[in-house]
Amino acid sequence: MTGFRTLLYKEVLRFWKVGFQTVGAPVLTALLYLLIFSHVLDRHVQVHGVRYTAFLIPGLVMMSLLQNAFANSSSSLIQSKITGSVVFVLLPPISYLEFFLAYVVAAVLRGLMVGVGVLLVTGWFAPLDFVAPFWILAFALLGGGILGAFGVIAGIWADKFDQLAAFQNFLILPLTMLSGVFYSLHSLPAFWQRLSHFNPVFYMIDGFRYGFFGVSDVAPENSLAVVAACFLAISAISLAMLRSGYKLRS
Amino acid sequence: MGVAVSIDRVEKRFGPLRALDGVSLEIAEGEFFGLLGPNGAGKTTLISCLAGLARPDAGRLSVLGRDVVGDYRAARRLLGVVPQELVFDPFFSVRETLRIQSGYFGLRHNDDWIDEILANLDLTAKADANMRRLSGGMKRRVLVAQALVHRPPVIVLDEPTAGVDVELRQGLWQFVQRLNREGHTIILTTHYLEEAETLCGRIAMLKQGRVVALDSTHNLLARFSGHTLSLRLAPGAQLPAALRARAGERGGFWQLRLSGLDEVEPLLAGLRAEGCAIDDLRLAQADLEDVFLGVMQDAPEMPDASGGPPAGRGR
Repeated sequence: MTGFRTLLYKEVLRFWKVGFQTVGAPVLTALLYLLIFSHVLDRHVQVHGVRYTAFLIPGLVMMSLLQNAFANSSSSLIQSKITGSVVFVLLPPISYLEFFLAYVVAAVLRGLMVGVGVLLVTGWFAPLDFVAPFWILAFALLGGGILGAFGVIAGIWADKFDQLAAFQNFLILPLTMLSGVFYSLHSLPAFWQRLSHFNPVFYMIDGFRYGFFGVSDVAPENSLAVVAACFLAISAISLAMLRSGYKLRS
Repeated sequence: MGVAVSIDRVEKRFGPLRALDGVSLEIAEGEFFGLLGPNGAGKTTLISCLAGLARPDAGRLSVLGRDVVGDYRAARRLLGVVPQELVFDPFFSVRETLRIQSGYFGLRHNDDWIDEILANLDLTAKADANMRRLSGGMKRRVLVAQALVHRPPVIVLDEPTAGVDVELRQGLWQFVQRLNREGHTIILTTHYLEEAETLCGRIAMLKQGRVVALDSTHNLLARFSGHTLSLRLAPGAQLPAALRARAGERGGFWQLRLSGLDEVEPLLAGLRAEGCAIDDLRLAQADLEDVFLGVMQDAPEMPDASGGPPAGRGR
């Protein structure tokens, strides 16, 4: 397993060396969201009987975690593909499973670091409960894993930076922004409520938030089932791509 | 001596292009082997198949008896590849790069060997410099170092001296020759035929994905023994048709292969009789470049081998 450990170490070192940009920047972005939305809405809105700012914080934490997990594996892969340095991980005796695990675990770690960072800077603005820490951790790990594995798929598939940017801007960003980070699904018209149930990110956010307040739009067991199924499906696709050598080994 | 690398009827297609069209080669342990051919001949594709970067459509390759597909972990541990493209990971220093590369091969405490490689490649002073700050030649040396971290018995160098200055080239060859003396098998592709002639004990020439010559360097040179007469004609002068048929042109000179020096005088007499004025004349012993050009000219074209453009370098 030394190959896996080294690749994981390399992937963590890679984002850590530019931590200002990979961890610091998304924490600041989340803080800005919080300042603006809580300033406008905190006095007027309560969701599930919780103050709006408190409601918003777990959503922002999870959204940042997910976006950065995706960004980590996808941008690392596309960079090394474009610069050609991917050859250094293709020449050694590293199995496709080790390859997958290293990229996904590194993505989850970056996601968790950003998530904890967001929690640390936003947690001061409203009282937070940690009703069910197990659910918090389970959704954070599985959600990060899904987006990390999805990032592997996108990073392998994309040949150019703009293709990856399209992935990020037209898929990941809408899916995360429209997942109930900023609102409860119950506040939406029926059609949009139904549509939102097809967005897997909704279950990640909803389940994660349940861990803080013990209330959610959907029962957390159901959300966990959906999220776990997504993780298995995305991982299977990603592993199949790596196993076939798609776009990595000609 | 055992077999270091076995390549058995390997085929590789890229769409309609047959990059490798049934290549078979055996390279013995301890050999310094040259792989030559024009751009698009399939050299890099062959190396990619050996290294697991490309998957052959047919045929088998093995390194010291380990199949590169079925037993890829063992095969890759036995093989060190210096890729053709000047690639590097901009996030890390030279030492970090080499430690990470060691880890990929399962080696955790490899600093003694890393220090030795750094010293041999004259990189010690740059050990803690970021890869981005290195010159092209320095980056090339790090690529060589990366290929050696796991002490592979078989080392493949794909055009390692492209764009490298003379001093580094000399240093690199001394180091590689030492590795060869110590028992490492070396496989080299290069465009510098002089290098191949000096270094390689045996040479394979590839054209359009096929081996068109495979022999010891000595025998290849002997096959084209004799001399080459190079002529630059005065402006307006025409080479007689009879000579033109057997002459090749290179760098403004007509080149004629001679079977012996006794051919020179009648040839020049013939030119004088035709009133053909000569500006410059050189007589040289055949070198690998002549052999290469001769082999490439004589080898049959394969009109069906390629439906598309020639294969790019660095497949």
